[in-house]
Amino acid sequence: MTGFSILILAMIAASLLADRKRTWVGLRKGMTMFLNILPQFLTVMALAAVFLYFVPESAIREHLGDRAGVQGFIVGAGIGSVTLLPGFVAYPICAVLMKQGVSIVVLAVFLTTLMMVGIITLPLESKFFGTKAALLRNLLSLIGAIIVALLMGVSYEWF
Amino acid sequence: MSGSKPDNKKAVIGYLPFFVFLLIGIFSHFWGWTPGTAIFSRFGEFVGEMLLFLPLVFMLIGLIDVWIPREAVMKRVGADSGFKGALWVTVLAMLFAGPLYAAFPVALMLRKKGSSIRNVFIYLGAFSAMKIPMVSFEIGFMGLKFSLLRLVFTLPVFVAIGILMEKILGPQYEMKKVAS
Repeated sequence: MTGFSILILAMIAASLLADRKRTWVGLRKGMTMFLNILPQFLTVMALAAVFLYFVPESAIREHLGDRAGVQGFIVGAGIGSVTLLPGFVAYPICAVLMKQGVSIVVLAVFLTTLMMVGIITLPLESKFFGTKAALLRNLLSLIGAIIVALLMGVSYEWF
Repeated sequence: MSGSKPDNKKAVIGYLPFFVFLLIGIFSHFWGWTPGTAIFSRFGEFVGEMLLFLPLVFMLIGLIDVWIPREAVMKRVGADSGFKGALWVTVLAMLFAGPLYAAFPVALMLRKKGSSIRNVFIYLGAFSAMKIPMVSFEIGFMGLKFSLLRLVFTLPVFVAIGILMEKILGPQYEMKKVAS
Protein backbone atom coordinates (compact mmCIF):
# COMPACT_ATOMS: atom_id res chain seq x y z
CA MET A 1 0.00 0.00 0.00
CA THR A 2 2.74 2.46 0.90
CA GLY A 3 4.54 2.43 -2.45
CA PHE A 4 1.31 2.73 -4.34
CA SER A 5 0.12 5.56 -2.07
CA ILE A 6 3.28 7.53 -2.85
CA LEU A 7 2.73 6.94 -6.56
CA ILE A 8 -0.85 8.24 -6.33
CA LEU A 9 0.31 11.31 -4.39
CA ALA A 10 2.89 11.96 -7.11
CA MET A 11 0.15 11.66 -9.75
CA ILE A 12 -2.06 14.09 -7.85
CA ALA A 13 0.85 16.53 -7.66
CA ALA A 14 1.53 16.19 -11.40
CA SER A 15 -2.13 16.69 -12.15
CA LEU A 16 -2.22 19.81 -9.96
CA LEU A 17 0.72 21.26 -11.84
CA ALA A 18 -0.90 20.54 -15.17
CA ASP A 19 -4.39 21.81 -14.45
CA ARG A 20 -5.44 22.98 -11.01
CA LYS A 21 -9.15 23.33 -11.76
CA ARG A 22 -9.53 19.99 -13.46
CA THR A 23 -7.62 18.24 -10.69
CA TRP A 24 -9.92 19.77 -8.09
CA VAL A 25 -12.99 18.46 -9.96
CA GLY A 26 -11.44 14.99 -10.14
CA LEU A 27 -10.45 14.93 -6.47
CA ARG A 28 -13.93 16.02 -5.40
CA LYS A 29 -15.47 13.31 -7.56
CA GLY A 30 -13.20 10.75 -5.95
CA MET A 31 -13.93 11.91 -2.42
CA THR A 32 -17.68 11.83 -3.07
CA MET A 33 -17.38 8.24 -4.28
CA PHE A 34 -15.34 7.41 -1.19
CA LEU A 35 -17.90 8.94 1.18
CA ASN A 36 -20.65 7.02 -0.62
CA ILE A 37 -18.99 3.66 -0.05
CA LEU A 38 -17.56 4.37 3.41
CA PRO A 39 -20.57 3.10 5.45
CA GLN A 40 -20.72 -0.10 3.43
CA PHE A 41 -16.98 -0.58 3.79
CA LEU A 42 -17.02 -0.05 7.58
CA THR A 43 -19.95 -2.44 7.99
CA VAL A 44 -18.27 -5.19 5.98
CA MET A 45 -15.00 -4.83 7.85
CA ALA A 46 -16.84 -4.87 11.20
CA LEU A 47 -18.58 -8.08 10.15
CA ALA A 48 -15.22 -9.53 9.09
CA ALA A 49 -13.76 -8.69 12.52
CA VAL A 50 -16.67 -10.42 14.27
CA PHE A 51 -16.48 -13.42 11.95
CA LEU A 52 -12.74 -13.84 12.43
CA TYR A 53 -13.13 -13.67 16.21
CA PHE A 54 -15.39 -16.72 16.17
CA VAL A 55 -13.55 -18.62 13.44
CA PRO A 56 -9.96 -19.12 14.60
CA GLU A 57 -7.01 -18.62 12.28
CA SER A 58 -6.09 -22.31 12.54
CA ALA A 59 -9.49 -23.34 11.16
CA ILE A 60 -9.16 -20.90 8.27
CA ARG A 61 -5.67 -22.18 7.49
CA GLU A 62 -6.87 -25.74 7.62
CA HIS A 63 -9.79 -25.23 5.21
CA LEU A 64 -8.52 -22.47 2.93
CA GLY A 65 -4.76 -22.47 3.47
CA ASP A 66 -1.88 -23.98 1.52
CA ARG A 67 -2.69 -27.52 2.56
CA ALA A 68 -6.46 -27.27 2.11
CA GLY A 69 -6.33 -28.89 -1.33
CA VAL A 70 -9.22 -29.15 -3.75
CA GLN A 71 -11.84 -28.45 -1.11
CA GLY A 72 -10.66 -24.89 -0.46
CA PHE A 73 -10.36 -24.29 -4.20
CA ILE A 74 -13.95 -25.37 -4.80
CA VAL A 75 -15.21 -23.18 -1.95
CA GLY A 76 -13.38 -20.17 -3.43
CA ALA A 77 -14.65 -20.80 -6.95
CA GLY A 78 -18.21 -21.45 -5.75
CA ILE A 79 -18.49 -18.30 -3.64
CA GLY A 80 -16.81 -16.21 -6.35
CA SER A 81 -19.14 -17.46 -9.09
CA VAL A 82 -22.32 -16.85 -7.14
CA THR A 83 -21.74 -13.63 -5.23
CA LEU A 84 -21.78 -10.08 -6.52
CA LEU A 85 -19.28 -7.97 -4.63
CA PRO A 86 -17.76 -4.66 -5.68
CA GLY A 87 -13.96 -4.43 -5.70
CA PHE A 88 -13.78 -2.05 -2.76
CA VAL A 89 -15.39 -4.76 -0.60
CA ALA A 90 -13.82 -7.88 -2.13
CA TYR A 91 -10.20 -6.70 -2.08
CA PRO A 92 -10.05 -5.53 1.55
CA ILE A 93 -11.63 -8.84 2.64
CA CYS A 94 -9.09 -10.78 0.58
CA ALA A 95 -6.25 -8.72 2.01
CA VAL A 96 -7.39 -9.64 5.52
CA LEU A 97 -7.81 -13.29 4.55
CA MET A 98 -4.34 -13.34 3.00
CA LYS A 99 -2.90 -12.24 6.35
CA GLN A 100 -4.90 -15.01 8.04
CA GLY A 101 -3.18 -17.61 5.90
CA VAL A 102 -5.64 -18.22 3.08
CA SER A 103 -3.63 -19.52 0.12
CA ILE A 104 -2.96 -17.52 -3.05
CA VAL A 105 -4.73 -20.11 -5.22
CA VAL A 106 -7.93 -19.88 -3.21
CA LEU A 107 -7.87 -16.07 -3.21
CA ALA A 108 -7.06 -16.01 -6.94
CA VAL A 109 -9.86 -18.38 -7.89
CA PHE A 110 -12.31 -16.46 -5.70
CA LEU A 111 -11.35 -13.10 -7.20
CA THR A 112 -11.22 -14.23 -10.84
CA THR A 113 -14.56 -16.04 -10.70
CA LEU A 114 -16.03 -13.06 -8.87
CA MET A 115 -14.97 -10.85 -11.78
CA MET A 116 -15.69 -13.10 -14.74
CA VAL A 117 -18.47 -15.49 -13.75
CA GLY A 118 -21.94 -14.33 -12.75
CA ILE A 119 -24.47 -17.04 -11.97
CA ILE A 120 -26.93 -14.60 -10.41
CA THR A 121 -26.83 -12.30 -13.42
CA LEU A 122 -27.26 -15.16 -15.93
CA PRO A 123 -30.92 -14.33 -16.65
CA LEU A 124 -29.98 -10.71 -17.29
CA GLU A 125 -27.04 -11.69 -19.46
CA SER A 126 -29.29 -14.05 -21.46
CA LYS A 127 -31.59 -11.15 -22.23
CA PHE A 128 -28.73 -9.27 -23.81
CA PHE A 129 -26.80 -11.98 -25.63
CA GLY A 130 -29.14 -14.96 -25.79
CA THR A 131 -29.17 -17.96 -23.46
CA LYS A 132 -26.65 -19.96 -25.46
CA ALA A 133 -24.06 -17.20 -25.51
CA ALA A 134 -24.59 -16.33 -21.84
CA LEU A 135 -24.21 -19.93 -20.68
CA LEU A 136 -21.20 -20.45 -22.91
CA ARG A 137 -19.47 -17.27 -21.75
CA ASN A 138 -19.94 -18.19 -18.10
CA LEU A 139 -18.76 -21.75 -18.63
CA LEU A 140 -15.65 -20.68 -20.56
CA SER A 141 -14.98 -17.94 -18.00
CA LEU A 142 -15.21 -20.45 -15.15
CA ILE A 143 -12.70 -22.73 -16.88
CA GLY A 144 -10.52 -19.71 -17.66
CA ALA A 145 -10.66 -18.47 -14.07
CA ILE A 146 -9.62 -21.90 -12.78
CA ILE A 147 -6.66 -21.95 -15.19
CA VAL A 148 -5.60 -18.43 -14.15
CA ALA A 149 -5.82 -19.31 -10.45
CA LEU A 150 -3.82 -22.53 -10.85
CA LEU A 151 -1.12 -20.70 -12.83
CA MET A 152 -0.97 -18.05 -10.11
CA GLY A 153 -0.70 -20.64 -7.40
CA VAL A 154 2.24 -22.25 -9.17
CA SER A 155 4.06 -19.07 -10.19
CA TYR A 156 3.46 -16.82 -7.15
CA GLU A 157 6.28 -18.46 -5.22
CA TRP A 158 8.73 -18.10 -8.09
CA PHE A 159 8.91 -14.35 -8.03
CA MET B 1 -20.05 3.48 -7.51
CA SER B 2 -21.98 6.56 -8.50
CA GLY B 3 -20.68 10.07 -8.40
CA SER B 4 -23.90 11.49 -6.98
CA LYS B 5 -23.97 13.35 -3.70
CA PRO B 6 -24.84 11.22 -0.71
CA ASP B 7 -28.42 11.59 0.41
CA ASN B 8 -28.33 12.62 4.10
CA LYS B 9 -31.08 10.34 5.38
CA LYS B 10 -29.70 7.38 3.48
CA ALA B 11 -26.20 8.16 4.70
CA VAL B 12 -27.27 8.06 8.36
CA ILE B 13 -29.02 4.71 7.86
CA GLY B 14 -25.93 3.40 6.10
CA TYR B 15 -23.76 4.21 9.11
CA LEU B 16 -26.20 2.64 11.59
CA PRO B 17 -24.61 -0.84 11.72
CA PHE B 18 -21.22 0.76 12.21
CA PHE B 19 -22.48 3.04 15.02
CA VAL B 20 -23.95 0.03 16.81
CA PHE B 21 -20.60 -1.73 16.39
CA LEU B 22 -18.78 1.35 17.66
CA LEU B 23 -21.04 1.62 20.74
CA ILE B 24 -20.50 -2.03 21.61
CA GLY B 25 -16.78 -1.43 21.22
CA ILE B 26 -16.83 1.56 23.58
CA PHE B 27 -18.91 -0.26 26.20
CA SER B 28 -16.66 -3.31 25.94
CA HIS B 29 -13.70 -1.10 26.63
CA PHE B 30 -15.17 0.36 29.83
CA TRP B 31 -16.71 -2.87 31.11
CA GLY B 32 -13.71 -4.93 30.20
CA TRP B 33 -15.73 -7.35 28.09
CA THR B 34 -12.89 -9.29 26.43
CA PRO B 35 -14.60 -10.56 23.26
CA GLY B 36 -15.76 -7.04 22.48
CA THR B 37 -12.33 -5.46 22.95
CA ALA B 38 -10.67 -8.29 21.00
CA ILE B 39 -13.04 -7.86 18.06
CA PHE B 40 -12.65 -4.14 18.18
CA SER B 41 -8.87 -4.09 18.22
CA ARG B 42 -8.91 -6.52 15.31
CA PHE B 43 -11.24 -4.21 13.43
CA GLY B 44 -8.83 -1.34 14.07
CA GLU B 45 -5.99 -3.46 12.74
CA PHE B 46 -7.89 -4.21 9.51
CA VAL B 47 -9.21 -0.76 8.88
CA GLY B 48 -6.44 1.55 10.07
CA GLU B 49 -4.18 1.47 7.05
CA MET B 50 -7.05 0.97 4.62
CA LEU B 51 -8.79 4.15 5.73
CA LEU B 52 -5.73 6.12 4.68
CA PHE B 53 -5.31 4.25 1.45
CA LEU B 54 -8.91 4.04 0.17
CA PRO B 55 -9.48 7.80 -0.24
CA LEU B 56 -6.26 7.97 -2.27
CA VAL B 57 -7.44 5.26 -4.67
CA PHE B 58 -10.77 7.03 -5.08
CA MET B 59 -8.95 10.28 -5.77
CA LEU B 60 -6.98 8.45 -8.45
CA ILE B 61 -10.23 7.16 -9.95
CA GLY B 62 -11.61 10.71 -9.91
CA LEU B 63 -8.49 11.98 -11.67
CA ILE B 64 -8.71 9.26 -14.32
CA ASP B 65 -12.30 10.33 -14.80
CA VAL B 66 -11.40 13.94 -15.61
CA TRP B 67 -8.21 13.29 -17.60
CA ILE B 68 -9.09 10.45 -19.93
CA PRO B 69 -11.14 11.41 -22.98
CA ARG B 70 -13.57 8.49 -23.11
CA GLU B 71 -15.51 9.97 -26.01
CA ALA B 72 -12.39 9.91 -28.17
CA VAL B 73 -11.90 6.21 -27.42
CA MET B 74 -15.62 5.56 -27.97
CA LYS B 75 -15.34 7.07 -31.46
CA ARG B 76 -12.45 4.82 -32.36
CA VAL B 77 -14.33 1.70 -31.34
CA GLY B 78 -16.53 0.48 -34.08
CA ALA B 79 -16.78 -1.79 -37.05
CA ASP B 80 -13.10 -2.73 -37.04
CA SER B 81 -13.16 -6.45 -36.42
CA GLY B 82 -9.46 -7.14 -36.62
CA PHE B 83 -6.65 -6.91 -34.12
CA LYS B 84 -6.90 -3.15 -33.91
CA GLY B 85 -10.57 -3.43 -33.04
CA ALA B 86 -9.74 -5.88 -30.27
CA LEU B 87 -7.16 -3.46 -28.92
CA TRP B 88 -9.58 -0.54 -28.86
CA VAL B 89 -12.37 -2.46 -27.13
CA THR B 90 -9.82 -3.50 -24.50
CA VAL B 91 -8.75 0.10 -23.96
CA LEU B 92 -12.39 1.16 -23.75
CA ALA B 93 -13.14 -1.54 -21.19
CA MET B 94 -10.23 -0.51 -18.99
CA LEU B 95 -11.49 3.03 -18.58
CA PHE B 96 -14.77 2.28 -16.87
CA ALA B 97 -15.78 1.12 -13.42
CA GLY B 98 -18.73 -0.91 -12.26
CA PRO B 99 -20.08 -4.44 -12.12
CA LEU B 100 -19.92 -6.69 -15.17
CA TYR B 101 -23.64 -6.45 -15.86
CA ALA B 102 -23.20 -2.71 -16.41
CA ALA B 103 -21.10 -3.63 -19.46
CA PHE B 104 -23.79 -5.81 -21.09
CA PRO B 105 -25.61 -2.94 -22.82
CA VAL B 106 -22.31 -1.48 -24.00
CA ALA B 107 -21.32 -4.87 -25.44
CA LEU B 108 -24.64 -5.08 -27.28
CA MET B 109 -24.10 -1.57 -28.62
CA LEU B 110 -20.62 -2.56 -29.87
CA ARG B 111 -22.21 -5.46 -31.74
CA LYS B 112 -24.78 -3.15 -33.30
CA LYS B 113 -22.00 -0.80 -34.36
CA GLY B 114 -20.46 -3.70 -36.25
CA SER B 115 -17.89 -5.20 -33.89
CA SER B 116 -17.24 -8.90 -34.39
CA ILE B 117 -18.56 -11.47 -31.92
CA ARG B 118 -14.97 -12.10 -30.91
CA ASN B 119 -14.29 -8.48 -30.06
CA VAL B 120 -17.57 -8.08 -28.18
CA PHE B 121 -16.56 -10.89 -25.84
CA ILE B 122 -13.00 -9.61 -25.61
CA TYR B 123 -14.55 -6.34 -24.45
CA LEU B 124 -16.53 -8.17 -21.75
CA GLY B 125 -13.41 -10.07 -20.68
CA ALA B 126 -11.33 -6.92 -20.48
CA PHE B 127 -14.11 -5.15 -18.58
CA SER B 128 -14.37 -7.96 -16.06
CA ALA B 129 -10.66 -8.28 -15.44
CA MET B 130 -8.74 -5.14 -16.41
CA LYS B 131 -10.74 -2.08 -15.36
CA ILE B 132 -8.18 0.46 -14.17
CA PRO B 133 -10.15 1.49 -11.06
CA MET B 134 -10.47 -2.14 -9.98
CA VAL B 135 -6.82 -2.92 -10.71
CA SER B 136 -5.89 0.09 -8.54
CA PHE B 137 -7.70 -1.49 -5.59
CA GLU B 138 -6.07 -4.79 -6.39
CA ILE B 139 -2.52 -3.42 -6.43
CA GLY B 140 -3.12 -1.63 -3.14
CA PHE B 141 -4.68 -4.53 -1.27
CA MET B 142 -3.13 -7.64 -2.84
CA GLY B 143 0.22 -6.24 -3.91
CA LEU B 144 1.77 -5.50 -7.29
CA LYS B 145 3.01 -9.06 -7.76
CA PHE B 146 -0.45 -10.58 -7.35
CA SER B 147 -2.00 -8.03 -9.66
CA LEU B 148 0.61 -8.29 -12.41
CA LEU B 149 0.54 -12.09 -12.41
CA ARG B 150 -3.24 -12.10 -12.59
CA LEU B 151 -3.24 -9.63 -15.49
CA VAL B 152 -0.56 -11.55 -17.40
CA PHE B 153 -2.51 -14.81 -17.12
CA THR B 154 -5.98 -13.34 -17.61
CA LEU B 155 -5.26 -11.43 -20.82
CA PRO B 156 -4.62 -14.48 -23.04
CA VAL B 157 -7.50 -16.28 -21.33
CA PHE B 158 -10.14 -13.74 -22.25
CA VAL B 159 -8.78 -13.30 -25.76
CA ALA B 160 -9.07 -17.08 -26.13
CA ILE B 161 -12.62 -16.93 -24.76
CA GLY B 162 -13.49 -14.31 -27.39
CA ILE B 163 -12.06 -16.47 -30.17
CA LEU B 164 -13.83 -19.58 -28.87
CA MET B 165 -17.14 -17.76 -28.52
CA GLU B 166 -16.98 -16.70 -32.18
CA LYS B 167 -15.95 -20.20 -33.28
CA ILE B 168 -18.78 -21.89 -31.40
CA LEU B 169 -21.55 -19.35 -31.94
CA GLY B 170 -20.51 -18.45 -35.48
CA PRO B 171 -19.60 -14.97 -36.70
CA GLN B 172 -23.21 -14.27 -37.68
CA TYR B 173 -24.68 -15.16 -34.28
CA GLU B 174 -27.56 -12.87 -33.55
CA MET B 175 -27.68 -11.45 -30.07
CA LYS B 176 -31.17 -10.91 -28.79
CA LYS B 177 -32.50 -7.43 -28.74
CA VAL B 178 -33.56 -6.17 -25.37
CA ALA B 179 -37.21 -5.23 -25.05
CA SER B 180 -37.06 -1.53 -24.47
